[in-house]
Amino acid sequence: MIAELGLAALWLAAALAGLQLLGGALAQTERGAALGGVVRPVAVVQGLLALFAFFCLIYVFAVTDLSVKLVALNSHAMKPLVFKIAGAWGNHEGSMLLWVTVMGLGGAFVALIERRLPERTMLATLAGQAFVSLGFYAFLLLSSNPFERLSPVPAEGQGLNPLLQDLGLAFHPPTLYLGYVGLSIAFSFAIGALVTREVGPAFARAMRPWVLGAWIFLTVGITAGSYWAYYELGWGGWWFWDPVENASLMPWLAATALLHSVGVLASRDALRTWTVMLGVVAFSMSMVGTFLVRSGILTSVHAFAVDPERGSFILALLAINIGGALTLFALRAGTVSEGTRFAPVSREGALVINNVLLCAILGIVLFGTLYPLLAEALGAQVSVGPPYFNPMSALFAVPMLLVLAVGPLLRWRRDTFARVGKGLVIPAMLVVAMGIALVAFAKVPLLPFLGLVLGVGLAWASVLPLRGRNLRRLPLAVWGMVLAHFGIAVALIGMSSESAFSSEKLVAVHVGEITQVGPWGVKLDRIEPIAGPNWTALQARLLVRYGGDGKVVRLAPQSRTFWAPPQNTAESALLTRWNGQLYAVLGGEAEGGRWQLRLWWKPFVPLIWIGGLLIALGGLLALMGRVTTDLRRSVISDRIADRRDDEQRLREERA
Amino acid sequence: MAIKAKHQRLVLLGIAMVVLIGAAILAIWALRNQASYFYVPREIIANPPESSRGVRLGGMVEKGSIHTLPDGVSIAFVVEDNQAKVPVTFRGIVPSLFVEGSGVVAEGHMGSDGTFVADNLLAKHDENYVPREMQNMTGKQMQQAMAKGK
Repeated sequence: MIAELGLAALWLAAALAGLQLLGGALAQTERGAALGGVVRPVAVVQGLLALFAFFCLIYVFAVTDLSVKLVALNSHAMKPLVFKIAGAWGNHEGSMLLWVTVMGLGGAFVALIERRLPERTMLATLAGQAFVSLGFYAFLLLSSNPFERLSPVPAEGQGLNPLLQDLGLAFHPPTLYLGYVGLSIAFSFAIGALVTREVGPAFARAMRPWVLGAWIFLTVGITAGSYWAYYELGWGGWWFWDPVENASLMPWLAATALLHSVGVLASRDALRTWTVMLGVVAFSMSMVGTFLVRSGILTSVHAFAVDPERGSFILALLAINIGGALTLFALRAGTVSEGTRFAPVSREGALVINNVLLCAILGIVLFGTLYPLLAEALGAQVSVGPPYFNPMSALFAVPMLLVLAVGPLLRWRRDTFARVGKGLVIPAMLVVAMGIALVAFAKVPLLPFLGLVLGVGLAWASVLPLRGRNLRRLPLAVWGMVLAHFGIAVALIGMSSESAFSSEKLVAVHVGEITQVGPWGVKLDRIEPIAGPNWTALQARLLVRYGGDGKVVRLAPQSRTFWAPPQNTAESALLTRWNGQLYAVLGGEAEGGRWQLRLWWKPFVPLIWIGGLLIALGGLLALMGRVTTDLRRSVISDRIADRRDDEQRLREERA
Repeated sequence: MAIKAKHQRLVLLGIAMVVLIGAAILAIWALRNQASYFYVPREIIANPPESSRGVRLGGMVEKGSIHTLPDGVSIAFVVEDNQAKVPVTFRGIVPSLFVEGSGVVAEGHMGSDGTFVADNLLAKHDENYVPREMQNMTGKQMQQAMAKGK
């Protein structure tokens, strides 16, 4: 019953999306203008219906209704409740339902509160959102129905992939999707502005908070996903250049570029067409990512079942959406009038370089991700990994970091290096000092070396915009920028430190034996069997000590055996200190009663994710700053309007 | 510096194009050198890649070939297809579904002594996750290899 309600809600939502598209489109003509009134309410109801359907799916998962095929295939009655709920989106159909829900809610949210742009542009925007949604509703309903029934009803479900049975699944996909799909709003804004030729500072000011919001979620989602992969996969790595990771990185790169160019458009009325273009590209990258992941054409730990029909469907959606948007762009870009000029050495100039370099990295990642497909078409099977991605992205990231240090110090329109040069003396000295120290005391490969020296310099340079400002009166948005840039330096130091200074140990030890990894002494105290709700495990009790005289701490990595589905996973154990993390994985039993242990000491590795969170927090501060400024501005303009009305009335009364 | 607005747009566009095209050319060049190719045993024996080059080797794990080395964390085994056999060594924790007589994809490089040194083993995880190269193998080579194994 609940499943049918959910399905009905989805069909209804799809129909409303059609109505929203039609209303928004007709409202662009003079005759259809009256229809415009229905668009906003329809968008709100559509979003709520999608949300309702999503809750229906969560309900059937929570009660393990095995007559629903999706539940039978992906859940199990014995699973803890939190994983039953999170399991609702840990599969293809559920994740696509989450996708349309976020899209619907995004549109609803815009329809409810966004009133800063001319109504015609807003209606075109909502029509654009409905157009994209409609495609995904069709995909969901025609080829990936999450509410499909199963007959006969099986006695028990097949269970969820044990790697996904982790709290990470509860947080990572929803936040990532909020960001990923939230970019559809920027896409629709770009469409709306192109349709009505309203590309200007007002458009940019309206679009900016939405871009920021999506970008914050995307940043948090990627950071969380990276940490999840780090501790859950038990491989000790935090980024694998897996196609799915790239699929989330590419929209992030585009959204980061968009975030900066939309700022230029809002404050300086420059980079008009470029900003619109990025709005289209950012969400296009989200869709390309979905295509890569959901079609199963690339090997990936995230690929669910492989289904060529779904792949073609998404490819068609991709072609229609991106092709349509680019055609519109090509038709209209020429008619978008030119913005304001600026000198090469200026804040705008720095932001342009930042944008171009971000796009270059995006291109590098996209190309590397798609290359296996190209090669396969030519008859060769290849895979592309870190040896390509690391140096190639660094090639463009290094100049970008240099620009990042200088750019925020430059004035708008026109500036000179001489003026900002003095401030950069200390960071430059830090870079040199760090470089000398590294060369003298440690042998560090080139990329981590660059990362460490630039990271230290950038950490200092990123707070320079605060110099000479009254900190109490400084706008929140500036604090946000400083914090986000500082976060990049922090993450960079973490990444480089991990890659330069990690020590790894792979040994087979007897119970009672002590082994060393980095500064740690690790003793295998005992191996004990334990049982969880749907698994049994062998647990190693490790006694670990930092340095010669540190406190002894217990660590307990496990080797788990799940019975539904039958699968083994290694549950790593982590110990965090201020200066790094000890990472322990239990392998199998080796001959002679020994046990395999894999240990890592990773100095300063948590800085990677702390940096990621600082970046997101910076975004949040900027968002709060923008929203409060806008609110204040609208309150003031309301007051001015009120007073004008009063004066008008007074005058009329006198007359 | 009185550049006209239109000129500025052209200059910006020009810079962007130069950087992006440069990135594309570099990417193509790097990919030709860095992409790791997939080999089956027959190909890797006929035409062994340089030892500095990362490659993937896919095939069946020969029955009875897996044995552990004295350090307790390394194994040696043989990957075969229906025409050739390649000895492989691997140091690390073996994935749980890595068993004799089933498919495996080993990532690593060809040693100078004709032994493949694997840094990573990809075995079939579960029904939903099969390394892509292995899927193709099930089509042709895998069946042949299995038919021979019987």
